[in-house]
Amino acid sequence: MSWALDNLDLVWELTLHHIRLSIVPIVLAFVLAIPLGWIANRNKTSRAIVVTTGSLLYTIPSLPLFVILPVIIGTRVLDETNLVVALLIYGVALMMRSATDALGSVDATVLQAADAMGYSAWARFWRVELPLAGPVLLAGIRVVSVSTIALVSVGIIIGSRNLGYLFQDGKQRDILAEVGTGIVASLLIALVFDLIIVLLGRLTLPWTRSDAKRSGSRGSSSQGSDDEALREDPVVATYGEQQR
Amino acid sequence: MIEFRSVTKKFPDGTVAVDDFSLTMPSHETTVLVGSSGCGKTTILRMINRMVEPTSGQILIDDVDVSGQDKVGLRRSIGYVLQAAGLLPHRRVVDNVATVPMLNGTPKKDAREAALGLLDKVGLDRSLGARYPRQLSGGQQQRVGVARALASDPNILLMDEPFGAVDPIVRADLQAELTRLQKELGKTIVFVTHDIDEAFALADQVVIFRKGGRIAQQGTPAEILANPADEFVETFIGADRGRRRLRVRDSTEDGGPAGGPQVLVDGDGRVAGVLDERGPTR
Repeated sequence: MSWALDNLDLVWELTLHHIRLSIVPIVLAFVLAIPLGWIANRNKTSRAIVVTTGSLLYTIPSLPLFVILPVIIGTRVLDETNLVVALLIYGVALMMRSATDALGSVDATVLQAADAMGYSAWARFWRVELPLAGPVLLAGIRVVSVSTIALVSVGIIIGSRNLGYLFQDGKQRDILAEVGTGIVASLLIALVFDLIIVLLGRLTLPWTRSDAKRSGSRGSSSQGSDDEALREDPVVATYGEQQR
Repeated sequence: MIEFRSVTKKFPDGTVAVDDFSLTMPSHETTVLVGSSGCGKTTILRMINRMVEPTSGQILIDDVDVSGQDKVGLRRSIGYVLQAAGLLPHRRVVDNVATVPMLNGTPKKDAREAALGLLDKVGLDRSLGARYPRQLSGGQQQRVGVARALASDPNILLMDEPFGAVDPIVRADLQAELTRLQKELGKTIVFVTHDIDEAFALADQVVIFRKGGRIAQQGTPAEILANPADEFVETFIGADRGRRRLRVRDSTEDGGPAGGPQVLVDGDGRVAGVLDERGPTR
């Protein structure tokens, strides 16, 4: 504990680097995986290709990847971009599988209803398929988030500055508290990221909340806090008030 | 008026779902397509709003071939009610009902206000508008499905086994509600069911199907009951089991209360009801 307090500035600086290096691959993996998941759900062949590619990409060992990447993408050996791209590859590999499952999990009846209602293919994807895939996408991105934050520390061997430094330095100088601080800090980042993702999910997927429970009887007012958004709507709010 | 002219639908796997089908569904009337599963009735329904494209033949709405019309526009102009309602689970009831007007560009506020009015129309409390579909009972969801189909005030309403997933009491409720609504609105309704009693309860015109989308018999419920075309129809409507042949029970059959209303029994001797000698109540 005292080691961490004595080196608070260093730990804080490394933590910020760690966060910065994690965010880009997590967000990009999420964005890139969605079109891949969409392609995977077109037919059996595309699904097989996407799922297999995902698994193969994830099995690439990280060390050789760091060595090869600069050659492929033309960056300098110690460029930070190498780490971000490598993490992105792992993130996308994991996330494209999730996105495939997420978009495949949407109830076919609901999609049919959307078609029958007169949604264009584009509108159906954005306003029906994507939101309904939300819960499974969310579960996928939580895994990617944790995995990315853990993997960032490996970047220390290609000159990236992050919490991995505490592992390397702590081992070389035999300071157990330094290694421990690194672990605790990584865990905290992972926890905070997870919390943020779950909160974002609650905001964007209000219909999945547990307080939106089924209640059959007509007119009983068991509306939970998820009605707030609608109460702001003057039309609906008026009727809500009359009910009370 | 919806008109089918020699419509055939062959699916890629070779199944012929509908074979050379011709039928006219008159405006402002309810046509019920009835048959066992796999007889092609749902395929026929879905060809009207181009959810399924015919292999050959023509489908005309008020003398205009649907195949020349924009799919999305066509679907927005036709109300559609699915089995188990098919509501969008991530949108509140009021927004589900307002779906089509909003797709057509009606401002959100106006569309929601109109949607609440439609909840009244289908007998639902406005307070349910703020709920999500899964917070409603099956019967309530089904009513929302009907309200949603009515939202853009379409001339045509397609109903694909809409009351198949609810219990018999709620089902009878919904049927009565639909009859009441239809009296008021006079839509051209095409209703698909496998339940012959439902067909007789709702239809102006009943079309009974054999496999392959072939018509076994069409006519008013009374015509079909009075003159079943063949054995298949007799079996389908239950006439062969005597279920449709009612007679006044002979007082000697058992010790019923003397002087009370006369008891009706079916061909198998099962009690079916009592004879009301006062004539029609309304």
